[in-house]
Amino acid sequence: MSLLELDDVKVHFPVKKGLFFDRTVGHVYAVDGVSLSIEAGQTYGLVGESGCGKTTLGRAVLRLNDITDGGVVFDGTDLAKLPGEEMRAFRRRLQMVFQDPLGSLNPRQNIESILSEGMAAHGIGKDQTERREKIKAILAKVGLPSNALSRYPHEFSGGQRQRIGIARALVLEPDVIICDEPVSALDVSVQAQVINLLEELQESLGLTYLVIAHDLAVVRHISDVIGVMYLGGLVEEAPSDALYAGPRHPYTKALMSAVPVPDPEVEDRRERILLHGDLPSPANPPTGCRFHTRCPWVQETKCATERPPLLDTGDGHKVACHFTAEIEAGTVKQTLATGIEAVTGTETVAAEAVETAEGETPAGKPAAAGAPAEEPATVPAQADADATEQTEGSPKA
Amino acid sequence: MSLLSVEELSVTFTARGRKDATAVDGVSFAVDQGQVVGLVGESGCGKSVTSLALMGLLPRKGVRVGGRAEFDGQNLLTMNERKLRDMRGSQLAMIFQDPLSSLNPVVPIGVQVTEILERHRGLKGEKARKEAASLLDRVGIPDPDRRLKEYPHQLSGGMRQRALIAMAVACAPRLLIADEPTTALDVTIQAQILELLKELVDQEGTALLMITHDLGVVAGLCDEVNVLYAGRAVESAGRRELFAHPTHPYAHGLLGSIPRLDAPRGEPLNPIRGSINDKIAWADGCAFAPRCDHYTMECLTGTPELTEPRAAGHQVRCVNPVLPTAEVPA
Repeated sequence: MSLLELDDVKVHFPVKKGLFFDRTVGHVYAVDGVSLSIEAGQTYGLVGESGCGKTTLGRAVLRLNDITDGGVVFDGTDLAKLPGEEMRAFRRRLQMVFQDPLGSLNPRQNIESILSEGMAAHGIGKDQTERREKIKAILAKVGLPSNALSRYPHEFSGGQRQRIGIARALVLEPDVIICDEPVSALDVSVQAQVINLLEELQESLGLTYLVIAHDLAVVRHISDVIGVMYLGGLVEEAPSDALYAGPRHPYTKALMSAVPVPDPEVEDRRERILLHGDLPSPANPPTGCRFHTRCPWVQETKCATERPPLLDTGDGHKVACHFTAEIEAGTVKQTLATGIEAVTGTETVAAEAVETAEGETPAGKPAAAGAPAEEPATVPAQADADATEQTEGSPKA
Repeated sequence: MSLLSVEELSVTFTARGRKDATAVDGVSFAVDQGQVVGLVGESGCGKSVTSLALMGLLPRKGVRVGGRAEFDGQNLLTMNERKLRDMRGSQLAMIFQDPLSSLNPVVPIGVQVTEILERHRGLKGEKARKEAASLLDRVGIPDPDRRLKEYPHQLSGGMRQRALIAMAVACAPRLLIADEPTTALDVTIQAQILELLKELVDQEGTALLMITHDLGVVAGLCDEVNVLYAGRAVESAGRRELFAHPTHPYAHGLLGSIPRLDAPRGEPLNPIRGSINDKIAWADGCAFAPRCDHYTMECLTGTPELTEPRAAGHQVRCVNPVLPTAEVPA
């Protein structure tokens, strides 16, 4: 039995119109049928681009958004159906760390007041003196000086504010912490401090995390299991290493290939799958597979008509794609160009490439084959030139 | 002779009754035709102020700009406003970070693009419109004729950034300054935009000054990299040299603190302690010293000079550089 289980969770926001009478003219399908389970002590990473519904899903677990349909079972209790007061009591065990560390702290409350508010609400500690002792212990744990108690949020740096946000979650001794983009507002050198802190806390307190982030590298670093979301649904879920070693869903492949790696050797050799166009609107999602409008491997059958379920393809690696096996085996052809020639060719635009690419072998950025590891600094220009020459049409299986 | 050579650029903000704030404290670098030069650093390191100073976009009051910035033999910093206006858009162009707030929300895209064509290339009416459409087409915006009539809010983030790039390249500028052009975008869209910039440099021979905090973007795009800290370049080298042998403790620490997608799991990150707030002025010593693991008393006596402790062309501003014995495994 997992600690937290989501069963076909849907969050739809109504779109209203009309001056006097609110008519519902449609829905934004922010989260549309997500099922996942998180084991105690585990870190589940949720990645996806903006607008894919990952934040809405995180908020829905805490019922900060109303759940339209589906169940959120936490430790045997279905939170989706709990009445307000019982839900409030449950929130002690489910806490959240927000993205914007300044925006989520009241600027006119000092740190002691911010941290003790939740404790008072949940009846932790007999009086303020006892609470203060506890807060001091937690502050030491997250690496803040104890004189922080009487100070205000604006006196702290971004990284320290995020530590306060984490401390606020910790004082209630939660089982699960939902971290919504915990480090995206921080500078890289500070990011690492906060990531390490989250990991240390998990180890010493046995916490369970649901980490929501757009940065694949961060998520891969801290997660045991990663779920990739696209337009309101999970498209792939796998243990962190397996996902990195062999992404199976076309969207995950594209996403992974787009993440820049701070290493010129890797950057020069990478095969980049460029996706066409932008994310479709979640108010009017494509029929069938949500990704079929941008998928490089889209097929004539099934893709546009049938929504693929998230199926286990072995070793807990779940994929929502009709043609996973075929793509893996290379028996289906890439039908959409990956976009490289659309940007290298002077005449072609992306849209034309989409229309004309039927059956044509797409050009992927080829490996700058065997580029020697230790080249002098003058090489990049030459390597780039090579790459452009080769983009002409080398096929990518 | 480089297309743009910046020497000891400094920018100080002054306000009555307050201490002067030095945002850029002696930055030097050069950009050649067809070259991509990166300025990397965290927030507050002066990278954006550098770009604004080069474009002459800083307010005239309350700002003291020093040093030289020679573009094609002319000093941009002392140029009069009228001349500068002729240069901006035609010779020098800039792409900003946030595509929504750099476009006028109440003016259609078409008008905003043709404005530049009218100002610098003297194109009018239908001719300008046709040229604008072909520009949008060139940066990969499908259905350009329809898009020209639309307003910025009707375009997606990636599309807006493409429109901004179209405006920037409208007059085939010789130098393009891109200030965090992909920070506001998703990774898949970021990949599209970077590909587009690369193509512009390759095909047009445009020089590109790339300002970013993302070392991954730098690794894929830049020929030369300057790492900035507290308003000064602390390390500059070719990208392969820099990423293989980061020698300044700051650059070294930055690379060690980034989670990498291709790194084995379970290794803890090595963050740099503290944050950029606890800085000391460069005049009194190394501004990075309070956060540095290698620091000695020597670091606090005067400004460290740029030296080449490792390889020719690999400049490092540090008295205790990270040399091979302490190297990170590649």
